[in-house]
Amino acid sequence: MTAALAIDAPGLMTTVQDAGRPGYQYAGVPVSGALDTTSFRLTNIVVGNDANEACLEFLFQGPAATVEADSVRLAAGGSGACVELLGGQTVVIGSFQSVRLERGSRFRISPLTEGGVGYLAVQGGLEIGAVLGSRSTYMRGGFGGLEGRALRAGDRVFLAQASAAPGTERYLPIRSLPVPDKFRLVMGPQDDRFTAEGIATLLSGRYKVTTSSDRMGFRLEGPTIEQTAGFDIVSDGIAPGAIQVPGSGQPIVLLADRGTTGGYTKIANVISADLPAFGRLRPGDSVMFEKISREGAEKAAHAHGKNIEELAGLITDVPEGGLSAGGNLDENLLNQNLVSGVFDAHEP
Amino acid sequence: MMISPAEQIRIAACGDTALTVEFGNRIDRNLTMRVVAFGNCVSAARIEGVVEVVPTYRSLLVHYDPLTISCSSLEAQIRQMLGRAAPAAAGGRSWTIPACYEGPAAPDLDDVARRTGLTPEEVVSVHSEEPYFVYMLGFLPGFPYLGDLPAALELTRRDSPRTRVPAGSVAIALRMTGVYPLESPGGWHLIAKTPIRFFDHRRKTDPSLLRAGDTVRFAPVSYRDFETLSRDVGAGNFELKPDGGSP
Repeated sequence: MTAALAIDAPGLMTTVQDAGRPGYQYAGVPVSGALDTTSFRLTNIVVGNDANEACLEFLFQGPAATVEADSVRLAAGGSGACVELLGGQTVVIGSFQSVRLERGSRFRISPLTEGGVGYLAVQGGLEIGAVLGSRSTYMRGGFGGLEGRALRAGDRVFLAQASAAPGTERYLPIRSLPVPDKFRLVMGPQDDRFTAEGIATLLSGRYKVTTSSDRMGFRLEGPTIEQTAGFDIVSDGIAPGAIQVPGSGQPIVLLADRGTTGGYTKIANVISADLPAFGRLRPGDSVMFEKISREGAEKAAHAHGKNIEELAGLITDVPEGGLSAGGNLDENLLNQNLVSGVFDAHEP
Repeated sequence: MMISPAEQIRIAACGDTALTVEFGNRIDRNLTMRVVAFGNCVSAARIEGVVEVVPTYRSLLVHYDPLTISCSSLEAQIRQMLGRAAPAAAGGRSWTIPACYEGPAAPDLDDVARRTGLTPEEVVSVHSEEPYFVYMLGFLPGFPYLGDLPAALELTRRDSPRTRVPAGSVAIALRMTGVYPLESPGGWHLIAKTPIRFFDHRRKTDPSLLRAGDTVRFAPVSYRDFETLSRDVGAGNFELKPDGGSP
């Protein structure tokens, strides 16, 4: 008998994501994968999965679903995502905490309170075929995940495991992950195309995440960054976290679904250690940047890797008698939406 | 082919997960051929920690895992490889792409003719007589930037981009031509349509028909032949092979 989650309400931009689809950028295929890889990994680890197992990722509002399996063990994590059990008395299971649910149980993910992106991991993973080596959904290309699209009400997400494994529930005692005061940047590769003032502007200004933000990238709004000689370059490859500055002088930070190439000047890159927290931002959030050396970025990458291991090491059994829920529900957030706005005027 | 001295080549950090190796700063197929050849060298070297390489017009982006290899070690290895003679230029494949320049397959043909002062027939013959070089793939999976488009057809992008360009559309803008492998928004002028699939995610070893460094020529076909070929491609009865069975 098949095991599935029957999707009663899809949430916003709920897609299947894993660690992404590297290896095909030479052919123009974006890497995709989880926006906030830290929350993604920790949510997987809480349910006993490999850290990079495919999950459901959602923006602001997660899905509501009914369990169509003998039992499942699942957890929500990232940006304060909690599992709310529906029917009868509402029970809230905090962020990064597993719960076992029996056939017919209904639940929803509470609206995100602390950031823009959250994850739902199911023990054993999702029964979804890999495309080019990954289960990540790439919506613009129409492949990966569930038919290359976001979930809809009525979908069934098949599960790889028929029932929850025996064992106690687990949780991460740290419910919310910090967002840095300043996101660290390595300058370049086209920082020579900006005036000293332009660079100083980026490193001192406060920038706001706009609603024209999506999985391709976040458009920021703030002080205009001055260039020396226009914003055109001969198109080249794009690394994750690249900060592209088009003619408007307003930066765009390119994320998981970014195109593999682009023709705008790139002033700097958000370092890999800070990118998961950046992916967790939501429209209206304001950010500042600071510059570090590439050696400094490398040290930060190692420290970030170690930090995730340490967090994973804190995951422990839920005590008998349970825990009090961590989530503050905020219904105002239900109406937030994302407009796909990152389109490069250079592109065909 | 010799790679020029390493000191003329700029290597720059793209954050802590990629290095760009720039061979120049212009669109020039000699540069692109060096980029492609060097990309093949880096891939063949199987350096631990290198995730993948992305060739573009005049630079190679080397993606790496900073937890596996340090940027200084990677840069040193790249410089060392640049100092050595590269293998003979990568032999790009040649392709003949059937394309229909008629009726609904060519929504902008008359407009392009008007803007360039040519007849529609002249636009077709100018576009299809030239062999094009695949400078790079990007924008969409399998989208090839093909050049150089003859100056007689040079136009800026459309003032208002289309929100939906059908898959298979053959398009022109500036000194480039390209093929939209998937339905997408797009701002180039659509002068033909090909039944050939330029991208198929089910082809796991090589999902893109073309690779940077290949050569492409468009062969005009009638609307009737286009429809027949489209059916054959759809039914899996037709797979385009490179000309002359070259590698």
